[in-house]
Amino acid sequence: MQTTTHPAISPILGRFTLESLPLHEPIVVATFVAVAIGGIALLAALTYFKLWAYLWKEWFTTVDHKRIGIMYMILGIVMLLRGFSDAIMMRLQQAMAFGNEGYLNAHHYDQVFTAHGVIMIFFVAMPIVTGLMNYVVPLQIGARDVSFPFLNNFSFWMTASGAVMVMMSLFVGEFAQTGWLAMPPLSGIGFSPGVGVDYYIWSLQIAGVGTLLSGVNLICTIVKMRAPGMTMMKMPIFCWTALCTNILIVAAFPVLTAVLALLSLDRYADTAFFTNTLGGNPMMYVNLIWIWGHPEVYILILPMFGVFSEVTSTFSGKRLFGYTSMVYATCVITLLAYLVWLHHFFTMGSGASVNSFFGITTMIISIPTGAKIFNWLFTMYRGRIRFELPMMWTVAFMITFTLGGMTGVLLAVPPADFVLHNSLFLVAHFHNVIIGGVLFGAFAAINYWWPKAFGFKLNQFWGKLSFWLWVSGFYFAFVPLYVLGLMGVTRRLRTFEDPSYQIWFLIAAFGAFLVALGIAAMLIQFAVSIRDRKKLVDVTGDPWNGRTLEWATSSPPPDYNFAFTPIVHDGDAWADMKARGYQRPTSGYKDIHMPSNTGTGVILGALSTAFGVGMIWYVWWLAGLSFIGILAVAIGHTFNYKRDYHIPAADVTREEDARTAALAGAAA
Amino acid sequence: MSAQMAEYDRDLFHPEEEPHHAEGSSTMLGFWIYLMSDCLIFAMLFATYGVLGTSYAGGPGPKELFELPLVALNTSMLLFSSITYGFAMLNMTEGKQRATLVWLGVTGLFGAAFLGIELYEFYHLIHEGATPQSSAFLSSFFTLVGTHGLHVTFGIIWLVTLMVQVARKGLITANRRRLMCLSLFWHFLDVIWIGVFTFVYLMGMLR
Repeated sequence: MQTTTHPAISPILGRFTLESLPLHEPIVVATFVAVAIGGIALLAALTYFKLWAYLWKEWFTTVDHKRIGIMYMILGIVMLLRGFSDAIMMRLQQAMAFGNEGYLNAHHYDQVFTAHGVIMIFFVAMPIVTGLMNYVVPLQIGARDVSFPFLNNFSFWMTASGAVMVMMSLFVGEFAQTGWLAMPPLSGIGFSPGVGVDYYIWSLQIAGVGTLLSGVNLICTIVKMRAPGMTMMKMPIFCWTALCTNILIVAAFPVLTAVLALLSLDRYADTAFFTNTLGGNPMMYVNLIWIWGHPEVYILILPMFGVFSEVTSTFSGKRLFGYTSMVYATCVITLLAYLVWLHHFFTMGSGASVNSFFGITTMIISIPTGAKIFNWLFTMYRGRIRFELPMMWTVAFMITFTLGGMTGVLLAVPPADFVLHNSLFLVAHFHNVIIGGVLFGAFAAINYWWPKAFGFKLNQFWGKLSFWLWVSGFYFAFVPLYVLGLMGVTRRLRTFEDPSYQIWFLIAAFGAFLVALGIAAMLIQFAVSIRDRKKLVDVTGDPWNGRTLEWATSSPPPDYNFAFTPIVHDGDAWADMKARGYQRPTSGYKDIHMPSNTGTGVILGALSTAFGVGMIWYVWWLAGLSFIGILAVAIGHTFNYKRDYHIPAADVTREEDARTAALAGAAA
Repeated sequence: MSAQMAEYDRDLFHPEEEPHHAEGSSTMLGFWIYLMSDCLIFAMLFATYGVLGTSYAGGPGPKELFELPLVALNTSMLLFSSITYGFAMLNMTEGKQRATLVWLGVTGLFGAAFLGIELYEFYHLIHEGATPQSSAFLSSFFTLVGTHGLHVTFGIIWLVTLMVQVARKGLITANRRRLMCLSLFWHFLDVIWIGVFTFVYLMGMLR
């Protein structure tokens, strides 16, 4: 640890000194140089092509749920690259550090595994999930936007602010070396005196505000903004899963906020919540953070269950099998998500009866989840299945996720968990469900809804290559970890003595290398598709013969989504409209009422970043000023009563006439 | 469900009139959901106090520290402020702007009195050496009560902001909606305080 002794805290720079810059870590310096060159090139390009005004007006200040959704997705994919770099660094270290130190010192390695977990959950999976819900939900329920469009923009910038702080920790100071949940007393001020845990706390607190508010926003949107005729049991299943996910968000994230606030008090104000002294109780932190943490994994997976349901039904050309049971299964999972948190630490020693209770509730969750798998299988049964990319990801999910689910049931048995707790078996299990569930779901969703968002399909060849590299890479990378776990290897180790482990770590590193190629193939897929967008174009707005309302409008949809709000008569509203010979109206457009853009969200996000940095580095004047700034800007915003405008009917007519012409051109 | 079905002709693809979601039509629901999330934060703090509330670390406990008469006075301040907020809302529904503002002002004064007494209590405790750093019991006590106090502080800032906005724009729909939200917030803090008063102070004295 380089940071054990601090010079006196400067009133101007807090505890920042030149030594805080990791100039002694060649890997970090090289990364910094690469990032700096890339960043400068990007900024120069934006300036050269005069894109700043466009970005500010059309994207940063937008309140359009579609654009905000796309910004969330971009944030998630960019952060995936960072999180994956951490992963491949760990795989290399563990593959080579047999009887030697490897290439990463302990200080650096501990930051890498912590950052990997934090980034992948909070800044990859969460933005992707939130982005998907933002983009798809209003379109699927036939709405023009979400309930609180400004709040939506603000939420995004709070999430981005958290991501900026995590990235900053790479080059200024250090990140936490505690593991992704920062358990005390290790994360207390005594054992972690540096800025690392404070980076962790403030990036999660600030991003958490965004997550919570977007949860409130989407619940209201789903409850209040549905198209006429769309009763709850006629909602697309993705909206149901989104509703349940957002209920989980609203009911779980405050717990994280509270527990991190208590940890901050321990670190900043020297209180005694999670200390070993003065009556504090570290296990209370473990309980509280898992009361958030377990619902969190369902927050990530439920929307993906929705994605797989939409994809399976669309590409089987059939109504979803067992819609009602799917809804109930989702609700049951939502409820049970709160009743299982203790299975993360059976080894705490809470006794046989408590452990049995949580073991059994955990096993019960596999029942609704299993019901979902059967529903998808029965949807495919006797369907005319088209193995397009989204469907391929869905099939890979069904196989991979089922395996991960089965190892989960093994871990739910308390005596077995006493052997496997914190072993690589556990690491393999949760990667098996998160990669096989959440990431495969995200890739299915990207391939499925990309044509809706941009008006052209994604390239098949590079998509298939990426698919096979990812899927095979996943198995190569994680099956060895199951083996190693059963051999007794625990997680987060940096060096090894027993040479019999090495072959398995080498295989796992090979798997990670395949996944790296898979990510590269996916980025190439995006680039090639954008290059060939004319060839891949879809003017119908319905390239997959879809069944839900988002396919009823053009691709990309206009700002107002639908010129005329549809009436919903059936669960698969768009399939029903097509079956009854729906003709798109081509005249009679009216003014459309829409929310106005605002820069307040960007400003509040920037001020929050400044506040976080001030708190992390003990720069109290910066923290104080930016907090006052946040209050002033927020209050100032409430004095603006005019936050909407009307798109004139003439503009709607122009937009819709262009679509009429395009459709006629495509048909001819 | 069937009633709603019957509203729409099966052959109709679009409604005659575009459905209009009036601005702020989701606000009360959204704010209510937000309040429930805030309630969870308090639930965590109550749980923490429940676990750590008897960890005195050899230091003083509730019996030695709490002065019930002072807390009773404080509680009455907050309860009165809820009543006066109610009067403000009654006047708002009758469209009486001046009376609304007066009652809001009275509410703010009661809130400030509550905060003043609480700060005095904190000052007194810290002066006696019972600081948040002394024991897990005091850490959780100061955090629970202090978080409530912070909420009241933000409530007062919000109240003043709304008074300015009502004075400027009158009791327009947007301002009425905002007053309704603050009303929910204010009464919510009252309910939380009843929990604090019961579980922390009264039951603390019984230990």
